Amino acid sequence: MTLTIIGALPLFGALLIALLGNSQKENIKKLALLTSVLTFAATVVAALNFEIDRPGFQLVEKYSWIPSLGVNFQVGVDGISLILILLSTILVPVVILAGWNESEGGKFSVKTFYILMLVLETMMIGVFAATDVFLFYIFFEAMLVPVYFLIGGYGSGARQAAAVKFLLYSLFGGLLMLASIIGLYVISSNQIGRTFDIEALQTLKIDSLTENLLFLGFFIAFAIKAPLWPLHTWLPDAAKSATPGTSILLLGVLDKVGTFGMIRYGVELFPNASKTFTPLIITLAVISIIYGAILAIGQKDIKSLIAFTSISHFGFITMGIFAMTTQGNSGATLYMLNHGFSTAALFMTAGWMISRRGSSTIADFGGLQRVTPILAWSFFIAGLSSLALPGLSSFVSEFLVLVGTYTRYPVAAIIGTIGIILAALYILIPVQKALHGPTTPGNENLPDLNKREIIAIAPIIALIIGLGFYPKPALDVINPAAKATVTKAGFTDPAPVVKGGDK
Amino acid sequence: MGFNSPSLEYSALAPMLVIFGAGIIAVLVEAFVSAKLRPSLQLALSIGAVILAFAQVIRLRGTETVTAANNSVIIDGPVLFMQGTILVFALLGLFLIADFEQFAAQASAVPGSQEERTAIQTGKMQTEIYPLTLFAVGGMMLFPAASDLITLFVALEVLSLPLYLMAGLARRRRLLSQEAALKYFLLGAYSSAFFLFGAAFLYGYAGTVQLSGIASAISGGVGNDVFFLIGIAALSVGLLFKVGAVPFHAWTPDVYQGAPTAVTAFMAAATKVAAFGAALRIFYTALAGAEWSWKPLITSVAILTMIVGSIIALAQRDVKRMLAYSSIAHAGFLLTGILALNKSGLAASLFYLAIYGLTTLGAFALVSLVRDSAGEVTDLNRWVGLAKRSPLMATFFALFLLSFAGIPLTSGFIGKFTIFSAAYESGNTGVVVVGVLSSAVAAFFYIRVIVMMFFTDPEEDTVTVTIPSQFTSTVIWIAALTTLAFGVFPTPLLDAIASLSTFVR
Repeated sequence: MTLTIIGALPLFGALLIALLGNSQKENIKKLALLTSVLTFAATVVAALNFEIDRPGFQLVEKYSWIPSLGVNFQVGVDGISLILILLSTILVPVVILAGWNESEGGKFSVKTFYILMLVLETMMIGVFAATDVFLFYIFFEAMLVPVYFLIGGYGSGARQAAAVKFLLYSLFGGLLMLASIIGLYVISSNQIGRTFDIEALQTLKIDSLTENLLFLGFFIAFAIKAPLWPLHTWLPDAAKSATPGTSILLLGVLDKVGTFGMIRYGVELFPNASKTFTPLIITLAVISIIYGAILAIGQKDIKSLIAFTSISHFGFITMGIFAMTTQGNSGATLYMLNHGFSTAALFMTAGWMISRRGSSTIADFGGLQRVTPILAWSFFIAGLSSLALPGLSSFVSEFLVLVGTYTRYPVAAIIGTIGIILAALYILIPVQKALHGPTTPGNENLPDLNKREIIAIAPIIALIIGLGFYPKPALDVINPAAKATVTKAGFTDPAPVVKGGDK
Repeated sequence: MGFNSPSLEYSALAPMLVIFGAGIIAVLVEAFVSAKLRPSLQLALSIGAVILAFAQVIRLRGTETVTAANNSVIIDGPVLFMQGTILVFALLGLFLIADFEQFAAQASAVPGSQEERTAIQTGKMQTEIYPLTLFAVGGMMLFPAASDLITLFVALEVLSLPLYLMAGLARRRRLLSQEAALKYFLLGAYSSAFFLFGAAFLYGYAGTVQLSGIASAISGGVGNDVFFLIGIAALSVGLLFKVGAVPFHAWTPDVYQGAPTAVTAFMAAATKVAAFGAALRIFYTALAGAEWSWKPLITSVAILTMIVGSIIALAQRDVKRMLAYSSIAHAGFLLTGILALNKSGLAASLFYLAIYGLTTLGAFALVSLVRDSAGEVTDLNRWVGLAKRSPLMATFFALFLLSFAGIPLTSGFIGKFTIFSAAYESGNTGVVVVGVLSSAVAAFFYIRVIVMMFFTDPEEDTVTVTIPSQFTSTVIWIAALTTLAFGVFPTPLLDAIASLSTFVR
């Protein structure tokens, strides 16, 4: 029952909020925060019961749902999904606390904002916990609705257009995936009886043309979600228009559904097709790394900048997944976690800067280091984590991805390394412009972080530093699952070869 | 020469007999009861008849399949399900029709004339709508049950003629309504002629009008193939016209727009069941053996229908026309159920028809509430900001649209999933892919309406949502609840359908 309870908690909180009056804004916020903190606590308790060395899914639950279609309400976690559920449940309270006032002044009421947010949290937990493809699809699609209203209802600028673009892109991908799911369903009902059980589906024997097509249906949906070049164009718009909190969840969690799906529903479900398409996908990933980084350097708007850096980072994650080595896969999953934290920290600090200054143009800031030291330092650390400075969490994952890729695809890994150099540019240039130098007129009296904001960002910064120095706990959880993925895909890790030494 | 009176299986025919009987009584009520009493009496009579007939359907469920009325009617599981569905839609449709604001005071008065004004002032009402509805319902119930071509044709006419009249009864914009009625009538008559023509050729081919006879003629393979092909082609035209498939769809937007919204709601939901019911029976029983002859035709029609319906809907600025094109696209999805030609295809079609009809009724019921001082407002540009004025109704409409788009947790998703998987199962992969892609296109215009309602700020002249009458709000609530319930727990309905036997040949 554990996972169901964890997933149902936010929904329950949303129901309670729905009963409150529109005007009780503070109570609504407190209740939302309390719900999300409890959800996180429950997740941590569940995670402590997770046995690291046991293969397969744990905390499994299975209830019959639509028997005539073979659909079960079936959930369970392995190391990868557990890490992502932890990431989701920790980010929601942080987002609520960090953006305490961002729900106000939107199109809809404060109450609606938190209801949407908590419903979204339920769906995020569900999408990672589902081990039934049908159930996964339901969460995958249904979560678009709250995000759509969160972007379109509470953001800034051309938010409606951004929300529609986001929704249409996602729906298009989702429908392609639906076609693939229908195909899988028909094949499964011919071979093993109607089922959507992910482990049962892995045993299907599919001819290679069909497998390739079904894989593409899934992969395009995930490549839109992740997003991978050239399907990324919705992301900068959405991230720019949404409130910082929504952007954190969008980039930090929702986009991970794409990379998570590539592992669970791409590589594990269609190993042969994954192998066939690996060269193409690695190429797209490398392009994403470089393209995202170069465009990030050119951004004038701080939110678009973070969005483009994420496109670059998702390139790394995808590359790690399709390198088909344990190191690459562990690195990719750890990267998902770390990217969640560093993006959250960046967006939080950027959000505070924007709300204080009333502008999101980087050039409008300057000298914040003197005026608002805590804010500036937080932004700086987040930025350093984003550029994968050794000692901060992203470094470990980026290193693992590159090493894991190099053993199989050295060229891709070497080109990918350029991304690291560019990362230094796209982070350090805005840091220099916004934090250092003379204080831009008008910024002299900006207030520094208040207590609430410090409480919100402190755990994230702590995690960034902590996981940078000691990533072992996370890697211990991830490694067995990553190894299992590579094995399922039919690969063994290449042994390191030392060339040129005939001593 | 003696005359043998036909033996009628009264029990099996009871649902239809109740409706037709009530229709005749309703005509008598028109003739003999005072105008003051008529509206409430007619409404009570119609609702009573529909409920009684529904009870008869419930009584008959699970009984042996029977052929009735000298082999002209078959009552089997799928037919009973469709009759039940039609009766539910009729009940909800009657609830909407009971809101007399929408109907012409005196349909015979020339629009804009003194006579019309007098009729409005004296509070006249055209209560003939009730017997017309009952006759249409009776015809719809007979259509999928008919087991020979003659009965099919009679049922087609019985269901169509009242609908032609009902389409012309709108109170406002009467010229548009009358034009719609005339258009519907002319094109309908034309397609009926095609249907009859096809029936004649099939008779020439098989030497019988019985559907089972045609099936055995096909398996015998002795008839004249030219007759057969002409027969199938012409018969299909008649059927495809009724379901609103491309290229026989031209009437749909005009009629949906011009007809009083209550009539549109009823027609959109119930006619689809009847027409698809008959089409399913014909293709699944009589013509199943000659798949080669009609599958390419229906496949191309299905693909065209899905694409054209979805794409033209993009350009619509009128909510009723948009829903009309959406119904065309849905007709395309339903045609994939015919193409599946297996048990799951039949089950999926029945499910789809039921849930689509409920959602459609809800959507049109809601359209009838959005008004300004001059009546209903269907111009989408004036729907902007509806969510601000009436959040609940806007949320419901968004729910209906999401269901049309096939978003999970709505009934529309389960419907799409089942019907596409049935089609895929039988190897129609191409149609499924087109269906999925056109769903993506269709999603665009549903979402556009949601954007208008929720995100765009209302202007000065935006419309208000009238407080719904008890009847209308009942329909909207039922539609919304079923749309959600069958999206989350479709099992009861799916199991009920699965337990039905397939069509009896």
